[in-house]
Amino acid sequence: MDDLWCVAAGVFQVWMFVVVFFIMLPAMFGLSLGVTGVYIQILVRILEWATLRIQRGRQQQPSVPVPLPNGIIERAGGSMEEEMEQLRSSRSLAGGEFALSDVFYFYKKGVESIVDDQVTQRFSSEELASWNLLTRTNQNFRYISLRLTVIWGLGVFVRYCVLFPLRITLAIIGLSWLVIGTTLVGFLPESSEKNWLSELVHLTCYRICARGLSATIHYHNKENKPQKGGICVVNHTTPIDVVILANDGCYAMVGQIHGGLMGVIQRSRVRSCPHVWFERSEMKDRHTVTSRLRAHVAAKTKLPILIFPEGTCINNTSVMMFKKGSFEIGGTIYPVAIKYDPRFGDAFWNSSKYNMVSYLLRMMTSWAIVVNVWYLPPMTIQDGEDAAQFANRVKSAIAEQGGLLDLAL
Amino acid sequence: MGSSSSSMDNIPNAEELMQETGFSAAHLLRLYERFEFLDKDQTGELRPEDFGAVGGLALNPIGDRIISAFFSPGRETVDFPSFVRVLAHFRPNDTNRTRNGTQQEPVNSRTRKLKFAFQLYDQDRDGKISRAELLQVLRAMLGIQVTEEQLQSIAERAIQEADLDRDDAISFDEFRKSLEKVNIDHKMSIRFLK
Repeated sequence: MDDLWCVAAGVFQVWMFVVVFFIMLPAMFGLSLGVTGVYIQILVRILEWATLRIQRGRQQQPSVPVPLPNGIIERAGGSMEEEMEQLRSSRSLAGGEFALSDVFYFYKKGVESIVDDQVTQRFSSEELASWNLLTRTNQNFRYISLRLTVIWGLGVFVRYCVLFPLRITLAIIGLSWLVIGTTLVGFLPESSEKNWLSELVHLTCYRICARGLSATIHYHNKENKPQKGGICVVNHTTPIDVVILANDGCYAMVGQIHGGLMGVIQRSRVRSCPHVWFERSEMKDRHTVTSRLRAHVAAKTKLPILIFPEGTCINNTSVMMFKKGSFEIGGTIYPVAIKYDPRFGDAFWNSSKYNMVSYLLRMMTSWAIVVNVWYLPPMTIQDGEDAAQFANRVKSAIAEQGGLLDLAL
Repeated sequence: MGSSSSSMDNIPNAEELMQETGFSAAHLLRLYERFEFLDKDQTGELRPEDFGAVGGLALNPIGDRIISAFFSPGRETVDFPSFVRVLAHFRPNDTNRTRNGTQQEPVNSRTRKLKFAFQLYDQDRDGKISRAELLQVLRAMLGIQVTEEQLQSIAERAIQEADLDRDDAISFDEFRKSLEKVNIDHKMSIRFLK
């Protein structure tokens, strides 16, 4: 029995040693050992090989249905409202002909919306064109070959037995360090050293958390990074968006005060640098929210506010309508586009299907998270533009940069 | 609806449906998932209220006519094969399809599409579009911006142009004749992705 304990203790010590020296310390200084990079490259090779095998297998088995990642129909451009306007205005003026075929357009549009509707599609996970060797994305992929199954089995082992414990450890360390660190910094008096320390603590913890998800983040156009006193506007896919962004800078968050673990984290963070947390009752009162945000922005020394104007998580294939409230505050808007690579893991949080904990577990047992972040040049509201138009302009810019569909809804 | 893993075995008579309608297996699967999505209380059949949940139809001026096109006269529910058969009318014409003499005319041929569109006007299925029926459609399409007299004159003109045997109604042949030059395949087809 004693021997077993010794062995277990020894293993644990080695484990902690590896974790601290190879992951935590580099994280604190923003360095990387490049292990994740190599891992991703190997993964890409394996997935490409798997895609070829599946395509070959599909040719041999024509009865297996091919997945349709872009929906079942291709809609012609033009909105129905515009067509109706045209139809009605020209008729009432000219009082002229009505062709029997005019009705066809509306017939077609109506049936199109019965067959597929653009909005509902955005709230379920993106369908992959080819299987990425995760059971959860295996919908129509039948048994293709033995080698593929073996690789899949190996993948399961690696993900659940090797990567998962590592990631859990990192996540726990990261979160507890965040709470402890920010509480400690909170005891210091207000000064520039405090802000600098608080930034360091935040950055380190978020970097550790990002390692905890095997996240590889590519930042583009860093010269456009949000400045103090600005508002940062991002498309929303998952709660992890916060971790992704906070790896490269400190932001003030806006949101509801939660109970439980989230509440503890929120309260401790407020001590070290000002975030804007609301009571649930206050959220409903738009004016209170807007005025508090305005005050925060006006104090030019405060961190940029991070806002997700879509209001809810979308599946990262498109950008939905932005709520105009965030664009009425004034100040400079810094748009940021985030695009996840779906081959390595499905980052979308389907809150109706999974709760937070099971979502995080799914994240930690995916291959990895590979994400591109583009910082867009700052935008301000122009003369003669109202908040809604401004919101649409920003939305189009984000959609274009991220390669996402700009939904007109 | 990417996260459910339904398979072809759930669909009754899948092979026959594919033959009859010309939809591929992938399309059929997608349509089945869509059918299940619309069928909120999981009865296996759709009711007019289930179509009401589709956002795009509420704005459509002929939305309720489109919905009733799915239901055979006298029936209040539509099952999956009927659902697919109606949708099959909107498949683009297959130019390469070889037809032998014994095979029935495909669902998405020009004539069948025209017949389907004709039924949109001819709600009582008596084989003729009466003046009243035409007025109904015009009213739905043109809304309140047009006065009653204007509506009557537009209907008058449309009937005069199409009605060749002067019986004050448009039969199917007259309908077809007046739409001779119209590219029906383009206007009444939805581009299904491969």
